[in-house]
Order: sequence, then structure tokens, then C-alpha cells
Amino acid sequence: MQSLILTTATRLLVALLLVFSVYALLRGHNLPGGGFIGGLIGATAFILYTIATSVREAQAALRVDPANVAMLGVGVAGLAGLASGFVNEPFLTGQWLFLFAEDGGKGLPLSTVLMFDIGVYMAVFGGILTLVFALEQEI
Amino acid sequence: MADDYPKVDRVMGGPAGWISIAVPAVLFLYFIGLLPQIVDAPQVRGIDWVPSLDIRLSVLLDGLSMTFALLITGIGTAVTLYSARYLGQHPDYPRFVCYLLMFMVGMLGLVLADNLIALFVFWEITTISSYLLIGFHANSAKSRRSALQALLVTGTGGLAMLGGMIILGTVTGTFELSQILTMGDMIRAHPWYMGIMLLFLAGAFTKSAQVPFHFWLPNAMAAPTPVSAYLHSATMVKAGVFLMARMNPALGETSAWFWILTLFGGVTAVFASVMALRQTDIKQVLAYTTLMALGTLTMFIGAGTHYAIVAAMLFLVVHSLYKAALFLMIGIVDHETGTRDATVLRGLSKAMPLTGLAAALAAISMAGIPPMVGFIGKEFMYKAGLGLEGFGAIWVTAMIFAASVMMFVVGGIVALKPFRGDLAPTPQRPHEGPWPMLAGPLVLGALSLIFGLLPGILEHYIVGPATRAVSGSDHEVHLYLWGGVNMALILSLLTFLAGWLMYRKHEAIRARLTAFEARSPIDFDAGWDRLLDGFKGFAAWQAALIQNGSLQRYMSVTFLTFVVLVGLTYVLQGAFVTGIAFSTDSIHPIQWTVLALICAGSMLVVWTHSRMTAVAAMGVVGIGVALIFIMFSAPDVAITQLLVEVLVVVLVSVVMLRLPYLPRRSRASFRPGHALIAAGSGVVMTFLAVSIMAGDLDRRLTTYFEAVSYPEAHGRNIVNVILVDFRALDTFGEITVVVMAAIAAFALLRGAGPARRDKEEM
Repeated sequence: MQSLILTTATRLLVALLLVFSVYALLRGHNLPGGGFIGGLIGATAFILYTIATSVREAQAALRVDPANVAMLGVGVAGLAGLASGFVNEPFLTGQWLFLFAEDGGKGLPLSTVLMFDIGVYMAVFGGILTLVFALEQEI
Repeated sequence: MADDYPKVDRVMGGPAGWISIAVPAVLFLYFIGLLPQIVDAPQVRGIDWVPSLDIRLSVLLDGLSMTFALLITGIGTAVTLYSARYLGQHPDYPRFVCYLLMFMVGMLGLVLADNLIALFVFWEITTISSYLLIGFHANSAKSRRSALQALLVTGTGGLAMLGGMIILGTVTGTFELSQILTMGDMIRAHPWYMGIMLLFLAGAFTKSAQVPFHFWLPNAMAAPTPVSAYLHSATMVKAGVFLMARMNPALGETSAWFWILTLFGGVTAVFASVMALRQTDIKQVLAYTTLMALGTLTMFIGAGTHYAIVAAMLFLVVHSLYKAALFLMIGIVDHETGTRDATVLRGLSKAMPLTGLAAALAAISMAGIPPMVGFIGKEFMYKAGLGLEGFGAIWVTAMIFAASVMMFVVGGIVALKPFRGDLAPTPQRPHEGPWPMLAGPLVLGALSLIFGLLPGILEHYIVGPATRAVSGSDHEVHLYLWGGVNMALILSLLTFLAGWLMYRKHEAIRARLTAFEARSPIDFDAGWDRLLDGFKGFAAWQAALIQNGSLQRYMSVTFLTFVVLVGLTYVLQGAFVTGIAFSTDSIHPIQWTVLALICAGSMLVVWTHSRMTAVAAMGVVGIGVALIFIMFSAPDVAITQLLVEVLVVVLVSVVMLRLPYLPRRSRASFRPGHALIAAGSGVVMTFLAVSIMAGDLDRRLTTYFEAVSYPEAHGRNIVNVILVDFRALDTFGEITVVVMAAIAAFALLRGAGPARRDKEEM
């Protein structure tokens, strides 16, 4: 089923959804959002693209196998957890780096917690797309 | 038989072989170096492994663990040296070495562990490596069956033992053996003593192949010969004996312990000696004599007197020396002549003089003839048996007498008969084995002689400290070759006489036993198959009942379980809440609207005839729930709920394309069972929710997270901070599950999808 309206709208929406998913991921620590929600939004973008075009085109647009993204996500999250081992703290203890912090403010916070959240994003994003692509392709 | 594989050109097994020889050799020298310290006092060292579960990686080095460590590394060196020549050109030899070293690590850890849980982990490593080694010839169905049988029997026993360990840990408050062993009186007086003892014995009896769990050991001879010599004779099967000896100060010295061990041990010893006479394959003969040795050891540990423990520790060493030598010897004979059938082999002594010498040394020790150390072992066993009281003395002495006579006969069958007389034809022309294979049996045989002539060495360094560790006392031990004319010596002479007479007649006896066995209705091996078939039948029955592939059945079972378990708990705990002030004034009109939306959606799901409508209606319910989350200010949950609803609609509409049309009649018909389950779930859930709301919510966690979220975890969104920081381990588990579920679904769809089906039809 090809719909001109859907295809045209999808071009805009997919880009918006993807940007929004990263936005949701990054703001997650202080405002509603986070890796899980971001991953779901990102997956929705590609599902929309799949419905508007085809699985083949969606896979081509993604360029990588979503199952690899998912597994890489678990790996990234695990690595983020292991980082605390270097300072002799228990697994998954958050390690923080406050760049450009000035008197009391927290500046630009970088942390293993953020890395962990990115891992969650990738796992959810890749996991759902693996499932959807397989369903669309095989059924 | 040993030669039908493509050979790989390796000198002494290549790097894998050299490493496998060097590791046990170096460890053996290291333990020898530690020996003088251990003679004086046991040592405990260790590091924390899993501190939160009280599991330590600690080492208890006393006489007992030292004896085992020396046997494991010493015989290990002989066996790896032997294997490098025996299997070194096998394509899978590096894999074999890997398993063998893995076993060695497990066995060393087992005997050295001071922590019960660590001991269990190493115990299981030996079980698994034994499985891999028995099944080394993996393309033989017999090997695979034997391996699985050994794994299941010893693994089941191991689980029982774990139960015993946990109960023991609860009773004593520690898992450290060095502490538990000093609490013997408290443990024996405890009401759970019997349970702990039986669970430990289940582990020990399966591992050490006591009747009625013995059948796996003769089957385990499917393994390559060095493995049989090492695991299933000298070391692993003695792990059960080790466990009983180790736990003796804590669990022993009761009449239950005495009778269980002496009865099972005695029956095993005699049963196995008779079965040994029945075999024609020399490897099987040796396997049954190993059973006999294990039974004897069990019996003496159960007897528990000073002499009995000395006899057990002495016989442990004696048996390992001669049995490993005999197994390695028969491996050489098999390798060089192509057969190990006792009825065929004759007159090998000219062609294989050194093999014959090794066989003779080991067999004389097994038969208990002076001046070998086996003679001292037998003397002490008689002495220990005669030293018991009442019926115990008669039972143990009689069992030892019977077993010793058989040992004498078996010694003749395996070492005298194949080498004497004129050379009989064999599949290959016999010639002497190469030195790496001869070194082990010759050294072990020589040790049997040296220890027999100089028992002082054995007494001071090995048997003395080991006896003190097992009995928990500091008695002096004195070993001697000549103890004057006494009851034990007279029994020994009687043993030789009876043994000689039986050896002369052994072929007639074997024929009788074969005929008897053919008529006997008891067959443990076939019983094992029936047991497994029973389990499989039960599994198939319950899978057909609960998991019949119908989604409706799964849902019914799941929700019914929920209703019954939660509902029953609710009623039994008397959690009914009465007198709730229920007022509708506080509900905002918008909330009424959402409520109506959810109710209308639910009703539509139940009443509609169309799947599409049902899915859409479910979506309405989901969005209603999301709206409720928003009203009670939980935006994160609401966003997730909305996104999941969207995804569900997409997925279901894709699946819908392939679902068969259901007959309209069945959709419309009234199903009281399902209605009841649905209504029940709803009622239980409502009562639960109301009860929870009526009670005081424990807000400690909420308060804590609110307080520390920003200052400590640098985030204002508490939900997300909990997800990625406070409870990150849970999240890590969840994303792992997400990915695994996706991969599993992917695999299922790939396997059953129409694309595959179409291809197959073409």
C-alpha cells in the first residue's frame, strides 16, 4: 500500500522523531525522558518509515542490523558499569565529570550514567526494530 | 580401536602436551615443598570472593587435603605424560588436555577449599569435566550415554549436597570448614542433624559410586584409558570419600553414621568384588575393583575408630598407587596388542617385560602380599575390623575378608595371566610400550614397594597428618610391615589360601556368575533407562497439559494462578479492609470522563466480533490509563505507556494479516470459564488496590530518593535517576531481557515464517 500523503509526511516526521528521541534521551536526567523513552521514540520513527515505504528501504536507511545495535547497547551499558571498577567502587556506581563548572553550578555534566542511558537507548531501539523488521518481513 | 582416527603430527602432544605435563609437575613439587609445614599444623589462608553471601575463596591445608593434593598432582603428572604419547596425535588432543587441566583445577580446589560453597563449585567443575572427558569420543552413542548418565547421577547428588551445605551453614552460622569442624557436638545434637547428614551422604555416595548409585562408574570406562586411571580410579571418585572424611569431625561418630556407612560400604565392596570376577574386559575388571575400594573406604570412615581411620587413609594412598598403575598398564597392553580381553591375552612377558614388571608390582600390592605397601594396608584393615565392637566387628571383618580374597584373584587375572605362558595371538603383534607411557606405571609400582619397605615416610608425612585431620584428634600413628603373629596375620594367610584356590577356579566361577546374572531380574543400568523414560513421559504429559500451544490456555493458566494464589493469600491473611470512607466528591469531571472511556473500551473488547475493533478498543483502554498517569503527574510513565500502545497496535495489525478467520459462532458464544477467570482477576485486583490505598504507604524510599536524587546523583528526574543510577543493575537486567526476547522472537519468526515455508515447498 503506497500513500503519497503518508510518504511525504514521513520524510519530515522521521527526521523530527529521531531528533526528538535524542533530545528525550539527553534531557532525561532532569526532565521527563531518558534512554527507555528515547529508544521507543527512535524505534517509532523507523517503524513509521517501514509502514510508509518497505522493510527493505527501512533497513537500507538504518544501514546497520538492529540486532547488532541492541547487543552493542547492552555492551555499552555493561562497560559503563565496569568503569567504576577502576576507582575501586562497586559495579554500576556512577562516575561524574563536570566540565566548565563554575561556583556551585554543575556545568556540563558527563557521566557513566549518561553512557549507561545511551546503552539502554540502543538496546530498546535495536530490540524493538529487530522484532518489527522480523515480523514485517516474515509475515 | 585406539588408532582409527586421522593422526596429527605432534611431538609429545605439541605445546598443549608440554603445558599439561609441566603444570601438575610444578604443582606437585610445590606441594612437596609445603609438606614439612603441614605435618606440624594445618594452615588456613584465603580471600573474600562474594562477601555479601559469606562465600570466601579460602584454602584449608591439612593432612587430608595435602594427601589428596599430592595424589592429584603426582598421578596427574604421570597421566598427562602418558596421555601425551597415548593421545598426542589425536586431532582433538588439545581439547582433551583442556578438559583434563580443568578437571585438575576443580579437583584441587575441591580438596583445598575451606569454604563449603567454594567446595561445591569445585565439586561441580569436576562433575562437568568428567562429563566432557567420558564423552570425549563424542561420535560414539555409548560414550555419550555414559557421559550423560555420570553427569545426571553425580549432578543430582551434588544438588542434594548443596542443600545439606546450606542447612549446615544456617545451623552453624558459617560456611568455613575450619570453623564448622570444631562444632561437631553442637551439630550432632541439632534436630536437623539427620537431614544434613543424609543430604551430604547423597552427594558422597553418588560421586563415589556406592550401591545403588554405582552403575555409572563401570559405564564411565568409555572414556580414554588415562581418564579412567585418573578420574574414575585415583582421584574424582574419591571426592565422595574425601567429603565423608572431611565432614567426619562434624557429622561422624554417631550410630546412624556408623551403620549407614558400614552397611552401604560393605555391600558395595562385596558386590563389586563379585562383579569384578564376572568381567572379561580387564578395564571393566579394574572398574569394579575401584568400586570395591570405594566401598571399603566408605566402610572404614563410617567405622570411625582410630585404627579404622588409619586404615582408610592408608588404603586411600595404597589404592591410588596400584590402581592408577594398573589402569595405565592395561592402556599400554590395549595400545600395543589391540585387545584387553582377559580370556585372550597370554604370555606377554617376553614381548613386554617392563609393562609386565609394572603390572606385577601393582598387582602384588593389590593382592596384599608383603613386602608391598598393600600388605600393610590389608593388615591395618583387619586390625581395624577386629577392633570394633559387637556385630560391627563381624560385619566389617567379613566384608574385608571377602573383598581381599577377590582382590587377590583379580590381581592374578589382570597381572599374572596375561603375561605368563606361551604367547597367544592378538590383533596386533605385541611389543614394548614407549617410555612416556611406561614411566607412570613403573614409578607408581616402585612407590608401592618403597612405601612398603619404608613405611616411616608414609607414616610421618601422609597418613599421620591425614588421620589427625579426619579424626580431629592428635593420636600418634605407627605403620609397620611386620607386626608379629596375631589375628590379622592369620587372616591374611587365610586370604592368600582362599584367593589362590579361587584363582585356580576363576574361569568356572565366571561362567557361573554369567549364568546367574543372565537370570537375575535386577539390572541397575536398565532401571536407569526406565527412570529416565518415566521422567520424559511425565514432562511430555505436563507440557501437553499446561503448554499445549494455545494462547488461550496459557492466558487461562496464568490468570487462574494469579487469582488463586493472590486471592487465597488475601483471604488467609485476613487483609479485608472495612469502613473505607468512599466519597465521589473529590473526583474531577475529567477523571469521570477518562474512567468512562476505559470502561467503554473494556466492554467493547469483550463484545465485539471483529479483531480489529478489539485491538482498537484495547488501545482506548491503554490511552485511558496513560491519561490517568498524566493526571497524577507521572509523565514518564505516561509517555512510555503511550509509546507502547502505539507499538502494540502496529505489531498486532501486522500479525493480524496472518491470523485465520474464526467462525463467528465461536466468537459470539458465551464462555463461562473465561468470564469467571476474567471477573476473578478483576475482583482480586480491585480488593488489592483498595487494601493498599487504605493502609499507610511506606514512603521511606520515596523520601530518600527525593532527598538525594539531585545532590548525590545529579538528576532532578527521580524516575530516570532510579532507572539509570540507583537501581541500574535492575535496568541492566531488563535491557538484557529485551534484547534476548527480540533475538528469540527473530529466531522463531525466521524458523516458522512463510518465507521459509515457501522455499521448502518449492
